[in-house]
Parts: sequence; structure tokens; C-alpha cells
Amino acid sequence: MQPREEIDRLITSGDATGASRCLAELWQREPGSAVASFLTSRYEKLRGTKHFTAHRLALLRSFTLEPVVPLLRAAAFVAGIDLTVHLGDFNAYPQEILDATSSLYSFAPDTAILAVQTRDVAPELWDGYADLKPDAVTASIARVIDSFQSWVKVFRQHSPANLIVHTLEYPPTPSLGVLDAQSDPSQSDAIRQINHGLRAVCRAHHGVYLLDYGALIARHGFSHWHDETKWLTARMPIAAAHLIHLAQEWLRFLVPLTGRTAKALVVDLDNTLWGGVIGEDGMQGVRLGQEYPGAAYQALQRALLDLHRKGILLAVCSKNNLEDAMEALENHPGMLLRPEHFAAMRINWGDKQQSLREIAAELNVGTDALAFLDDNPIERAQIRSALPEVTVIELSGDPATYADTVRDSPVFERLTLSEEDRLRTTFYSTEQERSRAEQSFTSKEDFFRSLEQEAEVAPVTPATLARVSQLTQKTNQFNLTTRRYREPQITEIADRPGWQVVSLRLRDRYGDHGLVGVAITHADGTSCEIDTFLLSCRVIGRTVESAFLSHLVEHARAAGLTALRGWFLPTRKNAPAKNFFAHHGFTQESSNGDGSLWVLDLQKARIACPEWVKLRILPGDKP
Amino acid sequence: MTTTVFERVRSVASDVFGVAPEGISASSSSENVDRWDSIQHLSFVLALEETFQLQLSPEETERIRKVGDAVKLIEEKLAAAGR
Repeated sequence: MQPREEIDRLITSGDATGASRCLAELWQREPGSAVASFLTSRYEKLRGTKHFTAHRLALLRSFTLEPVVPLLRAAAFVAGIDLTVHLGDFNAYPQEILDATSSLYSFAPDTAILAVQTRDVAPELWDGYADLKPDAVTASIARVIDSFQSWVKVFRQHSPANLIVHTLEYPPTPSLGVLDAQSDPSQSDAIRQINHGLRAVCRAHHGVYLLDYGALIARHGFSHWHDETKWLTARMPIAAAHLIHLAQEWLRFLVPLTGRTAKALVVDLDNTLWGGVIGEDGMQGVRLGQEYPGAAYQALQRALLDLHRKGILLAVCSKNNLEDAMEALENHPGMLLRPEHFAAMRINWGDKQQSLREIAAELNVGTDALAFLDDNPIERAQIRSALPEVTVIELSGDPATYADTVRDSPVFERLTLSEEDRLRTTFYSTEQERSRAEQSFTSKEDFFRSLEQEAEVAPVTPATLARVSQLTQKTNQFNLTTRRYREPQITEIADRPGWQVVSLRLRDRYGDHGLVGVAITHADGTSCEIDTFLLSCRVIGRTVESAFLSHLVEHARAAGLTALRGWFLPTRKNAPAKNFFAHHGFTQESSNGDGSLWVLDLQKARIACPEWVKLRILPGDKP
Repeated sequence: MTTTVFERVRSVASDVFGVAPEGISASSSSENVDRWDSIQHLSFVLALEETFQLQLSPEETERIRKVGDAVKLIEEKLAAAGR
């Protein structure tokens, strides 16, 4: 049966998982304009049965992008994102940004992309450079940076949406030919200065990101990327074969913006981390080192180390004898990764799907937060069918491509890197120590006392804004309402009269966990309502939540309020928070289809901070 | 059995214009296919270039008024390239 007929058959028979697997495979085989519309129309039929993250994207552009849209929507669906796209009018981006009543703002995007070419925004620097005097070059650079600055500023005044700004690309054939490289400033210097300025503009605003468009073109080669005929006839500068690459680059931003990222990467060992089979080839026989083919495996290990530094957890899942595998992990001279880089390991002869479930449980993440890397297509197929929510990375048979395949995967992209991300991987190794300590205590209370926990509650500040927003976006398990807020929204909420946004930082004898909790509350008449209350899964089950709640209670009482109310909105993930209100003496007041409303009478109840948590309250500046 | 150029063009047209393959014939054109406007025409041309790995000049792009025109043009280009 043809794949398309098979897909339609699966959809008709109600097998949404099978259908979406076949759709993803079809896209993997032939990504392009030809199948994009088919894919999108079929994914649309799966809307009711499969969970997609809906996202509204506005494209502001100076050139024809229409043919990219179907590719982008198809690629986004494969990544679990249901995009609604608003395409701004051709070259009308300045008006659309500056006019508060434009269709851009009435569309209410979650994210906007500003894609402007150098030749459109700075024509004199693109093809008139040889005529320019140095002071005209300087003036031109300043003018372009100023324009972007005002566009970004005005956009932020009118919209809390994320904004992705393309950098300006460099001319492949400078006006002065080889003389350009000898000139000061050269034509590409001038554009580089604008790009420096753009970075400063973006960094000055929350939720504004830069896409290095020049690097994207360079990766594929300007002479292949650019299609002069299409540019002259249809104002479409990109060759047909490369439209997909622009769509994929945008997805590297949209995946982290929609939270569809992987938190952990589970890797196989034999023929993935090294060449050969350790149980048969032995330490001498496996290929791993600075020479080919061992160098290809080292390159992959280097890519994994980079993920580890970004806070992505690594885990091993291998069918092997434990001693053989550990011998290589611990002692092989070619290994860049060592056992301490892995937050969990399953090395046995069992089923990989079972191992993956155990790894997810051990790391306190859902299986949908796992990515899986294995050279064996059969293992990959089994995981795809048994655990469709896992991101299975497709590998070609050539190890030289493995490192780039991992680096290209959008699920490992991060748009901000907090101190917590950098430290996370060490938390997990101290966490292993902590669980061992827990087992040696006879009572929970003794264990809690031994932790010497210090919690610090503070209003959100400019310095903590990114992490607070990140926690609302990423926390699934201990989260009472699962309301997601972007940075500008947090700033706006904190400014509302009667509202407060606080974060919780936790330290214990094993180290500093960083910011791990967020609460958002507001006064409503004589009562205080909890809008958001969440804790990172790393610190669940050690009574920090009671300490945090005790602060909210005291704060509301001090403000003269008589009741504390809060909703529990159940999701597929937040069962760990289900009994939170009941455990702390709240009574259920009402419920509807979305969840239940709980209330605590502040005149009667007291919520004590557990004696083993030292609670400090800090003042702070609003962001 | 090899797929004919017509079948491949029909499949591309069916995808781009969102019409079932049976609804596409050699005489399908912007006159009788709802979504065949100037922008979809560009997408159609790009998809053909991608599918058959060839370049269509502006004049050739202009000449494609019906699905049959595209089939004829691509057959000629493939033959000229010895493919």
C-alpha cells in the first residue's frame, strides 16, 4: 500500500498514533513542498486525538515567504506544534509594527519573526558601497541600527509576544571585489557592525532573540541558497531546495518557545558512543579515539558534552554486560564522557522501553521529555511504537554524521541559559548521594533535618525574571494551575496592583538548587487567590512546598485578608500536586469541568513552616 | 512499474492545491482549481523543481497554464537532459 493510502486508512480506523508515526516517517523521507500540504491536511484531522501545542506565528518580511509557510506548518506539526501563521504584507513590516491597530497586533501572535534582507533595509551597503564615503557608511550603520531599535521597542510596547529578528546577511560579491578585504571598514565590516548593534538591541529586551541568518546561508552556501532568477521575477531570493532549511531554522526557535524540548538524552553504547561491540571486541577492539573511525564517535561525544553543559541530562540505555560497559565508560582512553556525566544508567539485557520508563522515573521527568539515540533501527522502531511520546533521533548508517545530527535536533535548543541549567547536571549526581543518605535514616523527619534546607523567598527581580518565566513554562508535575507565562507577561503581572510574583530558592547541605519555585497571588476583595504555585520536580517530596505555602499564608494574613483560595487544574502530568490543598487543611469550595476551587480560612487555620526548613524572606525590585 | 511524469506532476498538484489526485487532469488550471492563484502557482513551480530536480526559467514558469503544460515541459526538459 502507498504510504499516503496507509496514512488515510490509519486515520479512518482511529489509530492516531500510528498515523502520526507514518506522517513523520514520510516527512523524514521526503521533506519538501510536494508533501507539505498533504501532511498538514492530515495532521489537521488528528487535532482532536493527539496533543499538539497551538502557537500563533506572525511573519514580518521584506521578501516573498509564501512558499515557506506550508513547509513550516508541516515541519511544526511533525514536532508537535500546531501553527497558525499570519503573513504580513510584502515589505510592509515597518507600518505593521508601528501601527498599534495593524493586523499584526489584532492577530495576537505568540511569536513574531522579523525577516529583512540587507539589500532591502540597507541598499546602499549592499550594492552601492563603492560610492560611499566613510562618514556615509557610519551614518548608514547608525540609521539601520536605530530603525531596528525603534521597531523592537514599539513592538514590545504593543505586544508581549516573542520576537525573532534575522541578522543581516553578508554580500557574497563585495562591490570592490578582492579590494574589499583590504578596505577599512570593508563592506562586510559595515554589516557586521549592524549585526553587533542588533544583538545589543535584542539583549535589551526580554523575549527578543536573534537568528543568525548569514550563518544559516553560509552553512548551505550562498551560491546554492540564492536563486537570482526567482528573486528578480518573484522577489523570492531562496532556491526551492533551501526553503525547508529556513523553516527548520525557525523551528529551532519555536520548539523551545513552545516547550516541546527534550530534558534528557538517552544514548546507546555499542556502535553509538563507540565503534564496535565492547562485549566482543574488548577494550582494544572498540573504535574510539582521534583517528577515523574512532574520531567520528569522539565527535559525537563532544556534541553530547555540549548538551550536558547546556543542562540537558544524559543517560545510558544499553544491552550489555554491566562490567564490560563500565570498564569502557570508566577506563577507555578515548572516552570524553565518563560515568559522572550520566544522570542515570540502564545497562542490562532487558527491554529498552522498560529501561526508558525507569530512566524517566529516576530523573523525575515524563517519558515525553526523553530523546533517544541508538544506531540500531530496530530499537528505534520499537521505541517509536511503544513510547510514541519519546523523541527518537533518526541516524543514517554513517557515524561521521552522528554529531551533526544531534546538534541539528531542535529539541536540544535553549533560548536562555540560566545558572540552574548549567548546574542541573551536577544536581543530579548530588541527588544520587542524597537518595543514598535518605535510605540510611530511620525516620523521614531525621532525614529532613539532616538536609539542613534553607529556603529563600523573594519577589521577582530583573535578575530572576528569565528563570521564573522558564519555570512556569517547563514545570509540569508539581504545578497547581499549569499557567504558562513569558517574560514580558511576568513583568506585566508583577506590576498589577495587588499582585505579587515570588520565587523560591533552595539550598541544602549538598549544594545550591537555585530557583526552584514560583508563586503568583493576588488580593481579591478580602481573600487572596493563588494564580500559580509550582515547584521544580527536583525538590518535590521534601516539605519545601509547605514552607512556601506558609509564607503565602503569613503574607496574606499580614495584608489583613481573611481567606486564601486556589484552583487545582488537573492535567495529564500534575498528579503529584493533586492532594496539596487537602493535605494543608483547605476545603473544597466548588468545582467545574476544569478543576476544583479550594479555600483556607485564615482566621482559623495556621500553616506552620516545617521546623527543618529555614525560611528567609527577601525584599526585591520589580522587573 | 515506473511512475509516469503525469502521475508525479498530478501528485504534486494534488498536494499543493489540496485536491484529490482523481480531481486533477491534464486540463486542470487556475480556471478550474480553486486554490490555484499566483502564490500557489509559485509553490507549484517550486515543488516541481524540487521533485524533478530541475530549474524552470521565468519564461517556462509563465508558460505553465495547465497541468498538461507542466507535464509536457518537464518531459521535454528531462529528455533534453538525457534522464
